Amino acid sequence: MARITLSKLAHSYVKDPKSDKDYALRELNHEWEDGAAYALLGPSGCGKSTLLNIISGIVTPSHGRILFDDIDVTFEDTTDRNIAQVFQFPVVYDTMTVQQNLEFPLKNRGKDAKYIAQRVASIARSIQVEDILHKKARGLSADQKQKISLGRGMVREDVNAILFDEPLTVIDPHMKWELRTQLKALHKELKHTMIFVTHDQTEALTFADKVVVMNVGEVVQIGTPQELFEKPAHTFVGYFIGSPGMNILDVEISGNQAKLFDANVELTQNYSGLKGKLELGIRPEFMTLCEEGQGIKIEITRIEDVAHHKIVRARYDNKDINIIVQEDVVITKTMNNMTFDMSKVNIYENSWLVEGEKI
Amino acid sequence: MKKTVNQKAWFLVLPVLLLVGFSAVIPLMTVVNYSIQDTFGNNQFFPVGLEWFEEILHSERIHDALGRQVLFTSIIMAIEIPLGIYIALQMPKSGIWASVCLVLISLPLLIPWNVVGTIWQIFARTDIGLLGHTVAAMGIDYNYSQDILSAWITIIVMDVWHWTSLVVLLCYAGLQSIPSAYYQAAKIDQASRWNVFRYIELPKMMGVLLIAALLRFMDSFMIYTEPMVLTGGGPGNATTFLSIDLVKMAIGQFDLGPAAAFSLMYFLVILLVSWVFFTVMSNIDKEEG
Amino acid sequence: MSLELQNISMSVDGNMHIYNTNLTLKKGTMNVLLGRTSSGKTTLMRIMAGLDVPTSGKILWEGKDVTGMKVQDRKIAMVYQQFINYPAMTVYENIAAPLRLMKKSEDFIDKAVRKTAGLMRMTDMLHKKPLELSGGQQQRCALARSLVKGSGLVLLDEPLANLDYKLREELRAEIPKLFEESGAIFVYATTEPEEALLLGGNVATLWEGKITQFGKTADVYHNPNNATTAKVFSNPAMNFLNIEKKDGFIYFHNSNKIPATDIFLKLEDGEYLAGFRPNHLELKARSDSAFHFDTNLSVTEITGSETFLHLSYDNENWIGLVHGVHDLEYGSNLSVYLDLRHIFIFKKDGDLLQTASYVTNR
Repeated sequence: MARITLSKLAHSYVKDPKSDKDYALRELNHEWEDGAAYALLGPSGCGKSTLLNIISGIVTPSHGRILFDDIDVTFEDTTDRNIAQVFQFPVVYDTMTVQQNLEFPLKNRGKDAKYIAQRVASIARSIQVEDILHKKARGLSADQKQKISLGRGMVREDVNAILFDEPLTVIDPHMKWELRTQLKALHKELKHTMIFVTHDQTEALTFADKVVVMNVGEVVQIGTPQELFEKPAHTFVGYFIGSPGMNILDVEISGNQAKLFDANVELTQNYSGLKGKLELGIRPEFMTLCEEGQGIKIEITRIEDVAHHKIVRARYDNKDINIIVQEDVVITKTMNNMTFDMSKVNIYENSWLVEGEKI
Repeated sequence: MKKTVNQKAWFLVLPVLLLVGFSAVIPLMTVVNYSIQDTFGNNQFFPVGLEWFEEILHSERIHDALGRQVLFTSIIMAIEIPLGIYIALQMPKSGIWASVCLVLISLPLLIPWNVVGTIWQIFARTDIGLLGHTVAAMGIDYNYSQDILSAWITIIVMDVWHWTSLVVLLCYAGLQSIPSAYYQAAKIDQASRWNVFRYIELPKMMGVLLIAALLRFMDSFMIYTEPMVLTGGGPGNATTFLSIDLVKMAIGQFDLGPAAAFSLMYFLVILLVSWVFFTVMSNIDKEEG
Repeated sequence: MSLELQNISMSVDGNMHIYNTNLTLKKGTMNVLLGRTSSGKTTLMRIMAGLDVPTSGKILWEGKDVTGMKVQDRKIAMVYQQFINYPAMTVYENIAAPLRLMKKSEDFIDKAVRKTAGLMRMTDMLHKKPLELSGGQQQRCALARSLVKGSGLVLLDEPLANLDYKLREELRAEIPKLFEESGAIFVYATTEPEEALLLGGNVATLWEGKITQFGKTADVYHNPNNATTAKVFSNPAMNFLNIEKKDGFIYFHNSNKIPATDIFLKLEDGEYLAGFRPNHLELKARSDSAFHFDTNLSVTEITGSETFLHLSYDNENWIGLVHGVHDLEYGSNLSVYLDLRHIFIFKKDGDLLQTASYVTNR
């Protein structure tokens, strides 16, 4: 297990990168704490896979260095980095039994038989494959195979880090719960440094202690799920996290007075010296529908009943607004105004979060 | 997944059935006809039952030819398949060199059988052939038209040269279909080169490898043209394989009856072995699915 | 216009893939086939499309028997999980392709293509080749092609499965709007309950080759008529608990008991299955009559605004979903509460006996 340090790390697939555009991964300084669970979250093409490949050693970065504890491994081969990786599609050795698959990384490292037997037994119990240990891996279903891939990643106790490259993509929803929980429990138990790459916010938030949100080759925010939810540092994070994402509305601000949709609202903080494009961000979860005259009038276009809550799709002028209403709230015809919890409002200047002063 | 059942589809197969009937079944029936009759000329035939079959079964000459044939097929398969796998593993996976290698490798496959025979006949001659002369000049007693061992070695080298490419191409295609994640996983597991071959490459190549083995078995078991051109079955009968012997019997001696019985049995042996191969292959596929 | 499946069943090599199925789909509706991998969604769609002929039963299209009729002869469009476009053609030509096959006039084609492209928000990409587009745009192109020829039946087989989560969310919101206008019958297969809910319309829940329930999506979700539907149509899955009524008491497996009042009053003595949704488990009791469970917490998952609790109670594994961020110790004991009005009661064989009272009052 190790602390992983990225120092001035950047990568470009072009030979002489000139502008930011040429970089698949823009300059990044970060320290991955020993024993923590991280998620790398972003849309396809955001550079998250490039970053993962740099950590695993498939890609050598064009700039900067990567350190495991204090050892520079920038130019070291995957084999020498002592990491484990679980891939998008299950990678198992078809002709081996489940047990042989789990033993394989340990046998190759010349561990003694007693230790191997004990380790494999304990992992098999954790990932619940004890009853199929002697089956050939070939005939198993996708999620069972992926379990074995997970198990092979976990079986070594001394790995520097375990990397997950969208490992739940091919798994049915109900199995995702099971695999994710097992993964979480294993993390709590074994305390490996884990990095989990995904485009699925639910996976990222539920798995990680800290989530690294990436967009177009850049790290936009690193924070706990709660921070990302309540205080997105950038409108992209607001949009990307949450389902539906944060409502981002144009606003004019002077002091603690904001003009929003021709209405005046009072902010909980004082803002001064704002110059760029100003936007107000509010999560659908923090908005409420109310009777006429109690808030800002909107036009409701559609109400979607989504399991334990309803998503109200509404409009003001030509701006789409989403509001989440709890399951037990009955929406009547006259409920066509919206209000929101002012303490949950964030203000963005040129898409980046700005903090005001307390009044 | 089951496809739509449509009985009318049989009509579409009809032309093929007719064609196959004319091209394969009818000539074959002629052979069956010959194999159970004898003639003293004048187009007068009389049935002899299974006499010819019994004669062939007990013929020492056929036994010898069969022995030579089995030996030859075993040797070339024992060489070509491992060699083909080895070459496929060594070839570059992508880039310009991959294409260059592929073209060079496929060249021998494009040469007609009798030309291959002719090339090697000249190439291995001790008087004017580059190979033959060089080997002889090195003081090795080599002459494929006189010496049995030399003849065998020349034919085997020729077949390896001609057909290993087929095994290489099939294996290469099999290797290309392995996702890179497998190699990455093997690195992470610190698998040795041998283990990568044993647990990743070989299992993934198994399907194509069986096809390669089947094709090589059929082709080599029926081999005729190349050794015929090179040695004519000599020296003596040393390289007279089953096909060559059959032709000698049918056309050289005009023993039509025995030759017909012989060719039927020959056909059945190939059919049987191919069927066994096919069954094994489809069972392996089933296990995978 | 309607598509009717009458007593359709399908078996391949003696294995039943689809059990006796009856289903009527009406014009202008969105019909979601919801089920896990290999529950028979694709098989059913292939039968509807005419790609496979059912072992028994009939398919009626507008009242006419079309069983065994070739796909080419029926106006059907299909969109797959993989983005299937003609790589060498522009987006315009891709969308126009089905119309060209129908030998429509150039004028007609141009109008239809532009209209559909507008609907799919692809107007400024018409001159591009599919491979220059992002995954989401490629799938939009395929969707546009399925819509343009005005097929009466459009089959969508997990069309968003290969897209990024956020793109999926956007298209999910758009698809119902786009399709409302076309008036065709839409059949949409998915493994994800959220997707079914967002698409609205009707849903058929599939389990091991059987349709367990068919009806308006929200109704099926809120009012499942058996335990299997409830299990399939919830993510995370509905929690279950075995109970027994005897002598005026409700007994749990671990021999705890409570007086059988309220919702249990009308039950006859016997064994039942109680079901409740994860979001109805609570950390504080809302009323005095609420059930109280001493559970063991195995893992928590925090989404930023909510917390999933993975609990075990007397050999049952439950998932709870509670508001707010709760950082709790794994392996600790946790008291959770369940209001009686959130409990569904199923018979031992899974059929619904008594729906949760919150649903009736909805």
